[in-house]
Amino acid sequence: MNYIEPHGHMVSRTTDDYERMALAGCQAICEPAFWAGFDRASADGFYDYFRQITEYEPKRAARFGIKHFSWLCINPKEAEDTKLAEEVIGLIPQFIHKPGVLGIGEIGLNKNSRNELRIFEQHVQLAQDYDQLVLIHTPHLEDKLKGTKLIVEALKNFPKIKPERVIIDHVEEHTIDPVLDQGFWAGITLYPESKCTPNRAIDMLEHRHAERIWMNSACDWGISDPLAVPKTMQAMRQRGWTAEMIQRVAYENPVAFMGQSGKFHL
Amino acid sequence: MSDWTPPSTVNLVDLGFMDARSKLIDLAAFLDRVQRADQTDDFRVQALKNAIALLSLNEPTRAKDVLLSFSDPSSEAIEKATMQGAIGAYRG
Repeated sequence: MNYIEPHGHMVSRTTDDYERMALAGCQAICEPAFWAGFDRASADGFYDYFRQITEYEPKRAARFGIKHFSWLCINPKEAEDTKLAEEVIGLIPQFIHKPGVLGIGEIGLNKNSRNELRIFEQHVQLAQDYDQLVLIHTPHLEDKLKGTKLIVEALKNFPKIKPERVIIDHVEEHTIDPVLDQGFWAGITLYPESKCTPNRAIDMLEHRHAERIWMNSACDWGISDPLAVPKTMQAMRQRGWTAEMIQRVAYENPVAFMGQSGKFHL
Repeated sequence: MSDWTPPSTVNLVDLGFMDARSKLIDLAAFLDRVQRADQTDDFRVQALKNAIALLSLNEPTRAKDVLLSFSDPSSEAIEKATMQGAIGAYRG
């Protein structure tokens, strides 16, 4: 069965992973800009990184018949250095019109600091100015609830940003309802230990009737599984889901959200 | 969604009991281990025990309640991030 990986950090993955994902039915991978595992020393590092995810990774994916798309930003983990963050935000306009760029992301908060919030708002302003979709990272573990609330509140200051053009990712049981109830899309991340298991994801999908939700592996340099989405699709079959409903979550929902960019062509 | 098709009924206990049993025994063994090592004063262990108590409640919102119990309940942004990672339980 075909599926879309709407959130994968493929710069951290091997070419073998592309092959395995293709064999599992992956049609497209979307790569948000993220933290490299260490703080980069200058904006030049981001310039090269943006070239990598907008120019090189699409070619690597194409070898396996997979379409590759990207999102641009500086991750909130590097937002305390506001000078660097602002320099990186200044780079984004020269990449934003590339054919595979879907929007601004994954922006958001990490430790819920004032500087993170300030840089988040600058990204949202950029999205508003360039009429871009927004992909939002919510903080980890004990910081997620507070960060999600701060993000939802901050977005209210941008009336031109329509909730249906924003996805708030990494939701869990305590954050999914406030996100969806405000009209945003929600992403469920299938990530061992720190985020969500397949069965918990399916519980949430059933609770919210799979509306305005996608699921992703967020596979990166950490302990993560690039096949988490197809494995969850298998768990859905075991739990009595119809093929049509599985396809809606794994394929049609990501198409519906990212199709709003005007660039998500499969 | 108006065209939501609910999944057919399956025996969820058949599907999940052994996995849940295994995780529960692992949790019990973890608490034994830290107690034998005299490390139960760690705030994370206390947070875990507080969360375990929530499992006895009758509403089907246990996962949400456990997550809330681990969460930072404050609402104001902090002045500055002093670390990049998260611990898993709010220290208070």
